[in-house]
Amino acid sequence: MRERALLSFPLIMFILILPFLWSGLGRDPQELPSALIDQPFPDFSLTDLEDAELTRGLDDIKGKVMLVNVWATWCFACSLEHEMLNELASRGVPIVGLNYKDDRRSANRWLTERGNPYSFNIFDQRGSLGMDLGVYGAPETYLIDADSIVRHRRAGVLDKDIWENEFSKRYETLISSSNEL
Amino acid sequence: MNCDAMKIVSARAIFRSMMIWICCELAFGQSPLIDFSEESLRHRYEKLILELRCPKCQNQNLADSNSPISVDLRRQIHSLLEEGKGDEEIKDYLVARYSKFILYRPVLDRTTWFLWLAPFILILFASAAALIVQRKHEAGSDDFKVENLPISEQDKDRLNRLLSRKDQTF
Repeated sequence: MRERALLSFPLIMFILILPFLWSGLGRDPQELPSALIDQPFPDFSLTDLEDAELTRGLDDIKGKVMLVNVWATWCFACSLEHEMLNELASRGVPIVGLNYKDDRRSANRWLTERGNPYSFNIFDQRGSLGMDLGVYGAPETYLIDADSIVRHRRAGVLDKDIWENEFSKRYETLISSSNEL
Repeated sequence: MNCDAMKIVSARAIFRSMMIWICCELAFGQSPLIDFSEESLRHRYEKLILELRCPKCQNQNLADSNSPISVDLRRQIHSLLEEGKGDEEIKDYLVARYSKFILYRPVLDRTTWFLWLAPFILILFASAAALIVQRKHEAGSDDFKVENLPISEQDKDRLNRLLSRKDQTF
């Protein structure tokens, strides 16, 4: 009988490990934990995409719950989510663009051609703010609160499902809590 | 010149030009692309980019990867080193931005202790199992003693005789 128990030890171990293996199956390995959740948005001083004379800083994104969307014209996935961003903007969701390692002229042309969902765009040609944010590819979308604390981050395309499952509720909660103050 | 000699000459020419090419590769191909103010910084740089993971390509380190983000991160590590930052400071800088994922050598903490301890736990289990098996083997199980076997006395005698020859080679 004890021999039996010993022999079934590997099987028991396997069954114990099974839940971990199972949960790993459904996970997207591209999705990294963000180091910035519940941390303040990093300070920056960069020019505006449309107006090279204008300097944008942390003060420009304070005071309102908003999305910060990292995009570039070289990024194919960004063109996929652009419609969604346009729709969110038309519903009144404030979106600030972070134009990441891009060319100013082609970025502005992109906005004229596809519509401009952004309140304004930060032009981060060298990717310095991107590095402080931990951006490792475009598109990425951050939800920040009125004190410019990062509340949620999505690396990858923001589509309807992801808005509804990940952002919508958090956004509404942040809006209502900032209205109470 | 006959045909064979021509062949030898051209083979030599090819061999020579290949040798020259290989030497050129060795001489110029390895030229450092990044300048450091001190040679010791280069050693630290090379060690760091081997130990840090590319956040985009995931199964490559920064040294191996040519993705844009790796190029940026290598440049950033280079300038941090030149600023006089320590290795731990540089790692902390990157962890603050890209999370602990970026470390190929995970730190021992609440989420990773099991990973670090698992090999030792497994060794413990394995040696315990080995010990138990060894003990059993030495003691010999009663079930397998010759007098307890369900066979005739004659067979038992034969078996004992065979078993007593166990030190001989069969």
